[in-house]
Amino acid sequence: MPYPAETNAEFNGYAHPEALVSTQWVEENLGQPGLVLVECDEDILLYSTGHIPSAVKIDWHTELNHPDNRDYIDGKAMAQLLSAKGINREDTIVLYGDKSNWWATYAMWVFKLFGHADIRIMNGGRAKWIAEGRELTTEAQDRLPTNYPVIERDDSTIRAFKDDVIQHFGKPMIDVRSLPEYTGEKLHMPDYPNEGASRGGHIPSARSVPWGKAVNEDQTFRSIEELNQIYRVDAGISDSSDVIAYCRIGERSSHTWFVLTYLLGIPKVRNYDGSWTEWGSSVRVPIVKGEEPGAVPVSF
Amino acid sequence: MSTTLGAQEIIAAFKEVPANMRLEVLLEYSQALPELPIRYADHPELLERVEECQSPVFLFVELDASNKVNIFLTAPDEAPTTKGFASLLFSSLNDEPAPTVLGFDESFVDELGITDLVSPLRIRGLHGMLMRIKRQVKEKMN
Repeated sequence: MPYPAETNAEFNGYAHPEALVSTQWVEENLGQPGLVLVECDEDILLYSTGHIPSAVKIDWHTELNHPDNRDYIDGKAMAQLLSAKGINREDTIVLYGDKSNWWATYAMWVFKLFGHADIRIMNGGRAKWIAEGRELTTEAQDRLPTNYPVIERDDSTIRAFKDDVIQHFGKPMIDVRSLPEYTGEKLHMPDYPNEGASRGGHIPSARSVPWGKAVNEDQTFRSIEELNQIYRVDAGISDSSDVIAYCRIGERSSHTWFVLTYLLGIPKVRNYDGSWTEWGSSVRVPIVKGEEPGAVPVSF
Repeated sequence: MSTTLGAQEIIAAFKEVPANMRLEVLLEYSQALPELPIRYADHPELLERVEECQSPVFLFVELDASNKVNIFLTAPDEAPTTKGFASLLFSSLNDEPAPTVLGFDESFVDELGITDLVSPLRIRGLHGMLMRIKRQVKEKMN
């Protein structure tokens, strides 16, 4: 039985309000069996400075990536990781983190590659919890190890590879990076090595919708009306769209993946995790510079 | 290339603990970065933004008559990794003579045994801070 969803008028209108919980709800449900809080931050030291009581940490850098290949861990490693964290396959996972839940949604996307059923995001993340003066602890959390099953990773549903992007031309793509990254203006900084791609710009025809447009000042998600305006009206996404989102390494675009999938209810959204560090370094792929999306490549 | 006693102590502090404890050492350093003195805390416009860091990091370098370097660095509490790196540079270079700072071997960060534990963008931020410290020292040398 999944843990009961929060009933909250603030989530009205979202396609899947059950994928969100509020800070208030988390505080009221702390320590309940079947509910596991997981913190995932961009700054991997942040958890140690204080976290929500009972929350365990996921380190996006060292724990979710394959140690050698540019890929995610496999089913066996994920089973070991989640078992060690004390998470059961049936548990409800509530993810939260810094930077408007940027990394929490990234962890959610990776967990979803393994089909974990019930994952929710704490709206407003770590910053909102702290702003509201709620309790933090530095006590290490020792949950009893579990026996999470080995589930084969499914890369076919919410993950896109470079070849998928090439096949995708003519369908909507969203580049969620900042505008200077999109236009190609920003790649090198003075006296500095570049960010891991050899060319600047964007994938032809991709629309620029920086990920942060989807959040409010207090790091909660924007209302459904505002999100509809940003993604459906301005960016031309519809329920029948087959969408690919990308950024630099696939983390910021996980945030947009969450917004499109769970808040707007777009059925087919994939995250291209190779993103610009792959595309911008690939030989003979087309690139567009400047603020215009550019035409769909004709013979490619 | 030069090193400093401060940098050697840092390397020793990281090396004497197992790899899984090294982030805790970095966290301790992040908590040890001195606050800005009032003359800079009240005048943030005097500080230089370190653009290479994703978090707002600012710094300023002063040289006394004998070219001894004083470093002022600030980073947000919400970015303890970045703040930790700022603290490592402060502990390595503050109060050192300008030529020592200019010749400081930035590969010292590779000796801390944490390059696998933090993302390359963070390491880049540290190099950005060091580059800007060196540039300010060069500009201000008597």
